[in-house]
Amino acid sequence: MDLEGQGQIKQVVEQQGRDELVAVLGANSPTAVEMTALTLKSGDPSYAGPLAGVSLGIPSFHILEPEITQQLDPAVFERELALAALAMDVAGLIAPLKAIRAGQ
Amino acid sequence: MNLNGKRVLVIGERDGVNAASIEACVKSLGAEVLYAETLCFV
Amino acid sequence: MRFPAITAVANVLAHAPGLVRYGSKPCRDLAQSPSLPDALEGHLRSYDDAVGYAPNQAYLGNVEPDTLRALPRPWFATPDRSASADGAFGDLVSEVELLGLLRLCDRARLVRLEEGSLAEARLGLVRRGIATSAEMEALASASPDANARAIDSGEAVALWHEGRVVGSMARGHEQDEALTANVLLENLATKATGVLALRRLLRQIADRVPPEAVPFVIAGSEEAVGDRYQRGGGNIAKAIAESAGLTQATGFDVKSFCASTLYGVFNAAALVQAGIFARVVVVAGGSLAKLGMKYRAHVAKGMPILEDVLAGIAILVEAANGRDPSIRLDTLGLHTIAAGSSQQAVLEALVIDPLRRAGYGLREVDRYVTEMHNPEVTEPAGSGDVPTGNYRLIAALGALRGELPRDGVQDFIATHGMPGFAPTQGHIASAVCYLAHALRAMRAGKMHRALFLAKGSLFLGRMTDASDGVSFLMEA
Repeated sequence: MDLEGQGQIKQVVEQQGRDELVAVLGANSPTAVEMTALTLKSGDPSYAGPLAGVSLGIPSFHILEPEITQQLDPAVFERELALAALAMDVAGLIAPLKAIRAGQ
Repeated sequence: MNLNGKRVLVIGERDGVNAASIEACVKSLGAEVLYAETLCFV
Repeated sequence: MRFPAITAVANVLAHAPGLVRYGSKPCRDLAQSPSLPDALEGHLRSYDDAVGYAPNQAYLGNVEPDTLRALPRPWFATPDRSASADGAFGDLVSEVELLGLLRLCDRARLVRLEEGSLAEARLGLVRRGIATSAEMEALASASPDANARAIDSGEAVALWHEGRVVGSMARGHEQDEALTANVLLENLATKATGVLALRRLLRQIADRVPPEAVPFVIAGSEEAVGDRYQRGGGNIAKAIAESAGLTQATGFDVKSFCASTLYGVFNAAALVQAGIFARVVVVAGGSLAKLGMKYRAHVAKGMPILEDVLAGIAILVEAANGRDPSIRLDTLGLHTIAAGSSQQAVLEALVIDPLRRAGYGLREVDRYVTEMHNPEVTEPAGSGDVPTGNYRLIAALGALRGELPRDGVQDFIATHGMPGFAPTQGHIASAVCYLAHALRAMRAGKMHRALFLAKGSLFLGRMTDASDGVSFLMEA
């Protein structure tokens, strides 16, 4: 994740706390999904950013995960996500997330 | 996962799903958005 | 109705490994780790490797982008030693030649360049027909002492070539943040590569269009020329036109992030269509800020730093001539504010709407040209394959609308898409990089219709959440 974004997120967490805090991602590559999820959970793996060594413990979800999309009003899904859901490799994108959320 | 009442950090991607779309979706499920950004990698 | 045509295009590159350290990402990292340049050194490519790099050869027009499909990856591992730096569409100049161009384009006495490099640049640029001996000989070189003093005093930043300081770039003002040495270097790099592209274009059309016959120039690049009272003052178009000898021209800049150059093209066509000018040139120089943007991933994976070239382009738009492909001004793809910024809304505005108005089905467009970023640059950094991602979205939209079968994505990409080949130079990769190829193919009767679409990430400037995009059909 961009270092600048890490700094801003760190500030949000410091000011507003971690209760009920989750991240929802829209990335289009498994690598980006994984890097972001790991950074938000256990710190910047590249040790370069404001979140280096900072374990926020924030769980990440991808907006296209079925457990989220199935809850959406069909009109909202149609307008905002249907195209991406068809074009993007959803299974590949969400694969890293289940493992990271499970603590592996 | 029930997003109702959750506080969300939205990290969108221009070439994936952007922040505006994610925000519209999670808000419709009762979440509060604390942070939203669309990343552009190129 | 006959619409204005694109009648000439120049695609140019400038090898700039010594400037990678001044790219935005390397430069910011350098502030944290002063030993970075040494780490970069081992990963910077030679000129020959840059010339032989297949995507660069595709950009220059010596091979078609389609040939990259069958070429085994990694492409950087197999540079073509027989490849020429004199491309069908333009030159890949060496770093020394680029430094010579910076010096040549410098009107504010900010660039110092040592005699040896200046002489070598002179030889190269004159051989290419890009500069005359007279104008190169009129440039004074700088002594190493004068150079060192400027750098040591903090007034200038060093210009490097092959591990040696060969020159410097001075700031324009002691206090002005818009005139720091780094900002001016960025702007001058855009100007120099824009001038390279324009001078190459002028050579292409020399037999029928002398420089004095070009009345207007539109620039659409990624720099911001200005000063402390107006940071984005602009009109690098006129600066480029001046250094290219277009004495009877004036011009202005067009800006919409990466969509700038494509906007420039349809605006040029509109001016010609309105009868205001007989011809308009659109020009764009390269982005210094984007050099080494993904360098961390390349270095981490033991790759050469692939973002080591600045790109430039110059496009001539004239009245329809019955031979050259036209720009369909009646079916422009425009993304309105009301459309909203979902992927679907953007693509409906840029793809579906123009086709509907033109009366074409999705498959009646021979080639879709989207953001043609070289995937070899972006994939190691986890940014995916941008062109393929875009093609998948277009195909998916076709499937949602029932115009393509749901399992027709691969076939659509194979038939109507192509591999990414452009350097990650933002606006250049955004569709315009393929205008030269489309022009060539349409003149030869091998292609009849192409849709060029570009997106601009306006939200990055923090003034809006919106994105932007523009598209047009080019037809033989």
